[in-house]
Amino acid sequence: MFDRILPYLLAGVSVGGQYALIAVGYTMVYGILRLINFAHGDIFTAAGFFMVYLVASLPMQLAIPVVIILTVALGFILERVAYKPLRTAPRMSVMISAIGASYLMQNLMWYVTGGLAKQYPVLPWLSNIVQIGSASTKIVTIVTPILTVGLVIALVALIKHTKIGMAMRAVSHDFETSQLMGIRINNVISMTFIIGSALAAVGSMLYFTNFSTVTPTVGAMPGLKAFVAAVFGGIGSIPGAVIGAFLIGICESLIKAAGYTAFSDAFTFALLIVVLLFKPTGLFGEKAAEKV
Amino acid sequence: MRKMSKLRLGVCLTVVALLYFGAWYAEKSMGANLGQAGFMLVGAYVYAVFTIPLKKHAAVYQYYNGGIIQFELPLIVALLLAGIVAALLAALIGLPVLRLKSDYLAIATLGFAEIIRAVVQWDSLGPITNGSNLLKTYPTFNNTKIFGTTVLFPFIVSGVCIALILLIINSTYGRAFKAIRDDEVAAEAMGVNLFHHKELSFVISCFFAGIGGALLAMFQGTVQANSFKSAMTYDVLLMVVIGGMGSVSGSVIASFLYIACSEWWLRFLDNPLTIGSFNVPLLRSGFRMVVFSAVIMVVVLFFRRGIMGDKELWNIGMRRQKAGRRARK
Repeated sequence: MFDRILPYLLAGVSVGGQYALIAVGYTMVYGILRLINFAHGDIFTAAGFFMVYLVASLPMQLAIPVVIILTVALGFILERVAYKPLRTAPRMSVMISAIGASYLMQNLMWYVTGGLAKQYPVLPWLSNIVQIGSASTKIVTIVTPILTVGLVIALVALIKHTKIGMAMRAVSHDFETSQLMGIRINNVISMTFIIGSALAAVGSMLYFTNFSTVTPTVGAMPGLKAFVAAVFGGIGSIPGAVIGAFLIGICESLIKAAGYTAFSDAFTFALLIVVLLFKPTGLFGEKAAEKV
Repeated sequence: MRKMSKLRLGVCLTVVALLYFGAWYAEKSMGANLGQAGFMLVGAYVYAVFTIPLKKHAAVYQYYNGGIIQFELPLIVALLLAGIVAALLAALIGLPVLRLKSDYLAIATLGFAEIIRAVVQWDSLGPITNGSNLLKTYPTFNNTKIFGTTVLFPFIVSGVCIALILLIINSTYGRAFKAIRDDEVAAEAMGVNLFHHKELSFVISCFFAGIGGALLAMFQGTVQANSFKSAMTYDVLLMVVIGGMGSVSGSVIASFLYIACSEWWLRFLDNPLTIGSFNVPLLRSGFRMVVFSAVIMVVVLFFRRGIMGDKELWNIGMRRQKAGRRARK
């Protein structure tokens, strides 16, 4: 019995880790801007395409950092172009802008690639096969959760113990007051996008090592799932997002193991709705008092 | 002829957009309903399932022994039923979901849309929904004639729907929705039952979404659950915003522009063009959508109030709106 489930469990943990890396980007942006960054999934996809095109001309060791840098630049530009001009606008306008930006990026990627699916390059070492118990799997399956947890611990340390982290906490607590206290919120917000994009870039490398074709809309579903994970864990909370992502990854994989592959997406959302009904702010969300 | 079909597409999506707008209008204070694609799907399927001619059942449901629905309904009845089923489903979903706030509500409705999409494609429901296969051969715009012409039908249906929405907006309920949108707490203090009105607005909006979905099915000629993704909700959302979030006529104008732009006026961008011996750079398949989405971003960023703001076409000639309305957030 366990032998049969083990590969699915491993896959679930691995997928969960990849969702977690994306979810952190969502949850951080939400914590600070109260914005569902719909374009985050497309940043993830773009990171995949950067890799596809860069590997053609650069050696792998160089390509990986360059991909991360390009993705970070993209996240930075996205924030400056699509969100910064709307700082004082109602939240709905910003959300529409996010949807528009996502639309633009998808179309741009479609245009550049001609709409064809691209084969993701094989990352050396990560795609080697290892044997765990009775299951054989790619090394990436084991690396993902470890890397994810490591990165998240580093991120939490950054937020707890550095100056920029303190600024982030302040801004997410009260936007206007922190502005009055002399925090440069634009820098803080840019930093959030930079961190989120960098993690998404790492996530995309791990994700596409498992699912090796990149298409312009490939990021939509993982993006959505990661967002669900963020909400699930209590949006705004980083550990919440990570735990939510792992739970969703594992559940999804087990559903597939039970033979209901068609329902794996639907199940994720059903789980989310059930959790929201009993805990309206997610598993670890703070309960916000309503100001009148 | 080609123009005519574009025009019809415009009308059809106008209705869809408008109906979204019905939702929007009432729900703005509650956060967006991102599940519209799901309710459109329900409408489209209800319409298609009940209007496929009996003779064609064997061909359409070829994998499910002709299906289990062995009757067909008249077109208008099926159209209404599409709206009613979507509304009933909304009433059911609304009971738990509408207690959630803003973004949580948005993501929960989005989740329901995805669930609906998966359930419709479920193999065990195949005898009704044809599983993940196409539904086809039901009456479409091309063979629905009123007064001997096929052009009138979409116009009439959308006209009726627009009229109904205007009536709702100007009714007591419409004003209560408006009050909720402007300030939830104040509205509650004035005696507006929040949950009751939210549920009502959700149901009304989904009724129209269902009819919009049925019209979309009529336009396309075939329906498949897989095409009702969240991208469809986003499209409709963008139309509404471009038109101006508080304006019915704005939505109509915007959805015409949106469809005409993306499907018709910008077509030339997709084909390579040579002027004399000069090859115009960048023009190839896909460029149209890039330009189109860039235009949308410009509108969203720099014309935040949309084409009409919260004015109506018939109010433009009048004196400026009262200060109180302009001061609204």
